[in-house]
Amino acid sequence: MTVIAPEQAASTARGSGGRDVAPAGPGPARMARLRRKIGDNLQAYAFLAAGLLCFGLFSWWPLVKGIVLSFQQDNFVTDPIWVGFDNYRAVLDDPLFGTAWLNTLEFTGLALLFGFAVPFVMALVINEFRHAKGFFRFAVYLPVMLPPIVSVLLWQYFYDPGTGLFNAVLSGVGLPTSDWTQSPKMAMISLVLVSTWANMGGATIMYLAGLAGIPGELYEAAELDGASIWQRVRHVTIPQMRFIMLVLLLLQIVATMQVFIEPYQLTGTTNEETITVMVLIYRYAFTVNNDFGLAAAMSVLLFIVLGAFSAVYLRLTRKAD
Amino acid sequence: MNRRMFGRSLAVALVAGTTLLGAACAGEEPETPSGPVTITVNGMPPATDAVNRANFEADVKAFEAKYPNIKIDAKEGFMDPQQFATKLAGGQLEDVFYVYLTDPAALIAKRQVQDISAQLAEFPAVKDIKPDLMKVFTDSAGKVYGVPVANYSLGLVYNRTLFAKAGLDPASPPKTWEEVREAAKKITALGNGVVGYGDYSKNNTGGWHFTAEIYSIGGDVAVKDGDTWKAAFNNDKGKQVLQQLKDMRWTDDTMGQRQLLEWADLLQMMASGKLGMYVGSADNFPVIVNQYKAKYEDFGLGGIPGGQGTLGGGDGYMFKAGLSPEKIKAGLTWLSFKGGALDPSRIAADNEKAAAKGQPVGLPQPNIWTGDSLAKWEEATKKFANIPSENFGPFLATATTIPLKLEPPLAQQIYAVLDTAMQKVLTDKNADVNALLADAEKQVNQILTAVK
Repeated sequence: MTVIAPEQAASTARGSGGRDVAPAGPGPARMARLRRKIGDNLQAYAFLAAGLLCFGLFSWWPLVKGIVLSFQQDNFVTDPIWVGFDNYRAVLDDPLFGTAWLNTLEFTGLALLFGFAVPFVMALVINEFRHAKGFFRFAVYLPVMLPPIVSVLLWQYFYDPGTGLFNAVLSGVGLPTSDWTQSPKMAMISLVLVSTWANMGGATIMYLAGLAGIPGELYEAAELDGASIWQRVRHVTIPQMRFIMLVLLLLQIVATMQVFIEPYQLTGTTNEETITVMVLIYRYAFTVNNDFGLAAAMSVLLFIVLGAFSAVYLRLTRKAD
Repeated sequence: MNRRMFGRSLAVALVAGTTLLGAACAGEEPETPSGPVTITVNGMPPATDAVNRANFEADVKAFEAKYPNIKIDAKEGFMDPQQFATKLAGGQLEDVFYVYLTDPAALIAKRQVQDISAQLAEFPAVKDIKPDLMKVFTDSAGKVYGVPVANYSLGLVYNRTLFAKAGLDPASPPKTWEEVREAAKKITALGNGVVGYGDYSKNNTGGWHFTAEIYSIGGDVAVKDGDTWKAAFNNDKGKQVLQQLKDMRWTDDTMGQRQLLEWADLLQMMASGKLGMYVGSADNFPVIVNQYKAKYEDFGLGGIPGGQGTLGGGDGYMFKAGLSPEKIKAGLTWLSFKGGALDPSRIAADNEKAAAKGQPVGLPQPNIWTGDSLAKWEEATKKFANIPSENFGPFLATATTIPLKLEPPLAQQIYAVLDTAMQKVLTDKNADVNALLADAEKQVNQILTAVK
């Protein structure tokens, strides 16, 4: 391989027309080329600048501000005071810190148990239908189209221990009623049910897309070998779907760890059975403590944990590419 | 325009737009050093509340005509603690802003409000405002940061017609909780779906009433212990409150089947003539009468049973930190004009105007005054009264003897916890009062660690 000197490369690239340009000074020629290049790409730069500015203003700058705030005490009137790691220390010393993480893990665990398995089974079942597949797909996806707060308010009515639908049905058929969100035992499960109902549509649709991508010959071959339905799922469907399942698992972990609307609306910010990390952040900032420094510190900690999961997700998807 | 040209124009527009946006974000509103002072105030009724909005706008006009050097930039809305910090940080907080009496302590501690003591000295009527109310706006060094405009304290709202039917004296409502229990039995015995006594247990109103009821028998919800606060209801007093409710609900069956009630529910039941008594305040009556179509003649207000203390609340206005003396003075002038907060000589005119518009005059509260100003208030109220104010006599008779107690710090959060205990005793006949109080105590102590 021949190595070409930069000047030589430039003149080669310039082609025959380039020879007319004075060879002594490459400056003006380069400038002209640069100008032309910028001129040609002006649109691209302009679009990029607009995007960067939006991201910078509304995503990155607040992110940096949040991290700075986690080291400050700020009453938004006088100059903020730098407090070092005091906010982090206070957050780590708070007995609710452990409670919130345990509750979040409990929610994530339960949400995965339901939210991971139910859509998969749902997708398998819908995929087997010969008729009305579109209708079922639509029906499963419908709750996703509701604004989240609407779903939660709807379930709040279902759960009401006095006039709610669930207790009315239970007592109607002679079964014992429950306090649902107000009972320490049932509170977390009640939240998970809402979340699963509201979110399973998206995962089901992704599984259905994955199922559609599995070559039919594999099933035919398995059938010829005398495989039962369960064996076909076990040896054909699951291995073929492994990647999409893993990606969805990670995305769900990241999403469920940020659960907020369900506990905030159904059980409030003072119920220790259901204080999640996000609810605790809200409680620090807006209700009990009114301290944005504490809230920022807790947010940074959550950011680090979610960052780790996101890194795994990125690695996996890159590998797949 | 060809495609390329269009693309370029669009790109330039995008850049220009985002640059403008950036510039707009960075812009600061300049302060006017001289000329007329403009102050922003909130508390303007929303446009949907046409009558009060029109009144408010007329007041602004009249004020600006009387004080040409002050311009009022009025905004809708009252105190929303969840928006407060963001409004302050974003420079959107009004110069003079509405607060509930539970807010000032935290705002003063965080240095988010302005000392107005110097300007307040020019308004002599301040000395006649109830000291308990002024204390709420004052720090430990005696500096004042705001003024109250209205107050309420809880008593016993009762249906005089049902009292008479049940053989009880409408002029002498129960003074103890034992008497409430006995009266509730007699009223419930009237049958026809009538409930003797009602109480709340939803959306923090349960915790609010638990607090009122424990105060009434000399108890407390939270007490200061050195530098920290501690829950103070897991004791005989707390048990007494919950046990009485549990007994009335399940043993006597005088509280009705329907529970998990919140604020408007009991007002509605009272208006429909199906409820004998509940703990409430004077500001309930206009709602009972106007919204639910009842008559003032049917109702009475007594002092809180137990009579050892009554939970009080109310509202006022505070001043944003860093406000100039001119703006503070303008704000105080506005408050004394609009709310009559600093100018009792306006009470008579306000009452006359209210009576002319068919609004009730003669309720025992709000009344923030003592001394000469109280005399003016009483005279003006008597003169323009358009409702049977003697029905509130039993309440007024105790007004000076029952001490006023304010809400605990972080009241709403504590009420949310205590709601659970109220709900349990009213919906579960096997509720364990001791366990409920112990659990609530643990959670309230956790909340109180945030009070500095």
